[in-house]
Amino acid sequence: MEYINIFIKSIFIDNMIFAFFLGMCSYLAVSKTVKTSAGLGIAVTFVLLITVPVNYLLNKYVLQPGALTWISPNLANVDLSFLSLIMFIAVIAAIVQIVEMVVEKFSPALYNSLGIFLPLIAVNCAVMGGSLFMQQRDYSNIGEVISFSLGSGIGWFIAIVGIAAIREKLRYSHIPAALKGVGITFIITGLMGLAFMSFMGIKL
Amino acid sequence: MSKFSEIFTTPLAKNNPITVQVLGICSCLAVTAQLKPAFVMAISVTVVVALSNLIISLLRNTIPPRIRIIVQLVVVSTLVILVNQVLQAFVYDVSKQLSVYVGLIITNCIVMGRLEAFAMSHKPMESVMDGIGNGLGYGVILVILGFFRELFGSGTLWGYPVMEKLGLYNIGYENNGLVIMAPMALILVGVIIWIQRTKDKDLQEN
Repeated sequence: MEYINIFIKSIFIDNMIFAFFLGMCSYLAVSKTVKTSAGLGIAVTFVLLITVPVNYLLNKYVLQPGALTWISPNLANVDLSFLSLIMFIAVIAAIVQIVEMVVEKFSPALYNSLGIFLPLIAVNCAVMGGSLFMQQRDYSNIGEVISFSLGSGIGWFIAIVGIAAIREKLRYSHIPAALKGVGITFIITGLMGLAFMSFMGIKL
Repeated sequence: MSKFSEIFTTPLAKNNPITVQVLGICSCLAVTAQLKPAFVMAISVTVVVALSNLIISLLRNTIPPRIRIIVQLVVVSTLVILVNQVLQAFVYDVSKQLSVYVGLIITNCIVMGRLEAFAMSHKPMESVMDGIGNGLGYGVILVILGFFRELFGSGTLWGYPVMEKLGLYNIGYENNGLVIMAPMALILVGVIIWIQRTKDKDLQEN
């Protein structure tokens, strides 16, 4: 039950965009049409689903204080957590590169439609943030980590598809010239965030 | 010299990283609930952007194009690890408030964006100027956000209880709790963009 709890919490209450503002740059840049947003949302979810568990294993067996005891008991005092940042981003960059190669081989159409945004997922705050939050919250097993990463990805997906749908409809509205484009998107995202705050009181 | 000053001042307003280039949004919204963390974050990002611009600009002719991103990530990660250690050593309470967002400077779009757009094709001195300019442009927006959010959200400024000293609580003034929360930061940035684009018509999209 804990798994479902974490899963639902990551989608609605700890939403990557509305609660933590992660992945805002590509969220704002790509959300002009629903189709590209959906593609990017699925790609980010996929990358999160792979990188967060891998980083969890890396953290548990290499980086954490006392993690290296499986090599030898003498290494119980070794604390490599200061290396986490560079190790996590290296893992993320490597996995995104592999995902890029796999997508290019198996679905060239998807590869072409995503264009530059596929390699840019490597520097997407949501992906790095997923790994950092996993480290900070100290989940007890890999099942919880997988529910967290899948939930975060789906939450990000819902957010970006939602704002894209609204922006598509906005094209026919009268918006002051100074607010068009980025300005109104910020305000609408803020309003969507307010709406998502209504989930905060839920006890699962 | 005029070229230097142009590189330095453009990111402060006309090409502001947050309101015009729309980069670095994630951290700017998350750490500005109070003025002190906003200020510390602004300084950290300025240091990272300026130094990484300098290093990559010095190396720009020796980096093979294929592994460009990886080299940039390594340089930026190392700088962020150093900044993180310095913050934990000297301002521990603020670094706890900033939590994961210091690590997220690595993926801060401003850092990578300026490396790609400027440092890879310009000389070191100009790159440092550009880095400092962008960092300060980012810092200006952060300080404005932090100022308003802390003042109206908690009635304090940098921890100093302004509203209490002004006696406003006695006449019935209440803190606006919504301003500290996530959505208001987004709306405030939208308003800042609105004000900036009304004054500077060139920046308006159509």
